[in-house]
Amino acid sequence: MSFINYSSREINCKIVYYGPGLCGKTTNLSFIFKKTNPEHRGKMISLATETERTLFFDFLPLSLGDIKGFKTRFHLYTVPGQIFYDASRKLILKGVDGIVFVADSQIERMDANIESFENMKANLKEQGYDISNIPYVIQYNKRDLANVVPLAEFKKVLNVNGAPDFEAVAATGVGVFETLKAIVKLVLIELKKGT
Amino acid sequence: MPTSSLVMFEEEFKQITAVIDRLLKEANAKVVFLVDKDGQLIAASGETGDMDTTSLASLTAGNIAATGGLAKLIGEKEFSILFHEGEKDNLHISIVGQRVIVVVIFDQRSSLGLVRLRVKKANDELNAILQKLLRRVEKKPSVQENLLAEITDTDIDKLFH
Ligand SMILES: Nc1nc2c(ncn2[C@@H]2O[C@H](COP(=O)(O)OP(=O)(O)O)[C@@H](O)[C@H]2O)c(=O)[nH]1
Ligand SMILES: [Mg+2]
Repeated sequence: MSFINYSSREINCKIVYYGPGLCGKTTNLSFIFKKTNPEHRGKMISLATETERTLFFDFLPLSLGDIKGFKTRFHLYTVPGQIFYDASRKLILKGVDGIVFVADSQIERMDANIESFENMKANLKEQGYDISNIPYVIQYNKRDLANVVPLAEFKKVLNVNGAPDFEAVAATGVGVFETLKAIVKLVLIELKKGT
Repeated sequence: MPTSSLVMFEEEFKQITAVIDRLLKEANAKVVFLVDKDGQLIAASGETGDMDTTSLASLTAGNIAATGGLAKLIGEKEFSILFHEGEKDNLHISIVGQRVIVVVIFDQRSSLGLVRLRVKKANDELNAILQKLLRRVEKKPSVQENLLAEITDTDIDKLFH
């Protein structure tokens, strides 16, 4: 849920990166962190296990400049992907303004992608959101690997609603900012509608 | 959308800041800050100079969300007060009006009893201001629309350069 502060002239929004375990959510945030001028971002916080698996969430605050004299700030979060962390995922989705669904392109991860997408829809519904009225984009990550799901199949199976979608190699940054830009845009357009 | 945007105006912001400034003094605290349940910092008072308030806000909200989840599991609505004791500094966290979190950081110059007492009083005042704010937003959604309706695609594209 966005926070509009007329006093400090700031617009704050929350974006969540969702997707199955190891699809590259944390890698997306790390790349954004690395490539953003320190003046425009805060510290990246990772609540992770010793083996670097996300335990609760990663958090990266970004400020993207002014719109009509208002500073825009985006809080990026990732969810833990493993199935048994569902309670944490629900908490992180609270108050979300926009979602980036990161899919893992490896053929053997297709079932995990579908399961995670269904899980996201169910968790959104539980909080009164519906996938058809919340801004979201899809990122097909790990396109550098050999055994990837063809794009057409991805679109047919995961992107039935025709959300903006992007191919990416988060490990090297390909598609990372395109994805971010698309979700920021959708979130601001939604805000503009005044829901 | 399940909840509408939180909106803050100059007048209420001043009133809120006055309340937490007073809480800071009366509780002998080092820092007091107010956070939205979604992790956004609303206001801060005290020695916040070298403190990463953005991260503090996000982690506080995560903490409240996690303990709220725990509360539900054991059949409680929520835990309205959390207390973390450190070697030097302590954290007192409480929820106001189910929507906003008050965080007080204090050391040995104060005590848990004093902080609790002062927070309780401040929470009532903050709650009244927040209720007023919510009513104001309900009555005048146009304030927000006017500003945002003027945002153009070019404005959005410019953000990334
Ligand atoms: N080959 C390849 N590996 C990637 C890519 N993106 C992330 N990875 C790797 O996938 C693993 C899991 O990434 P991580 O970001 O931790 O996944 P998360 O569980 O979604 O947060 C790490 O070893 C990353 O280096 C990519 O585009 N290509
Ligand atoms: Mg992760």
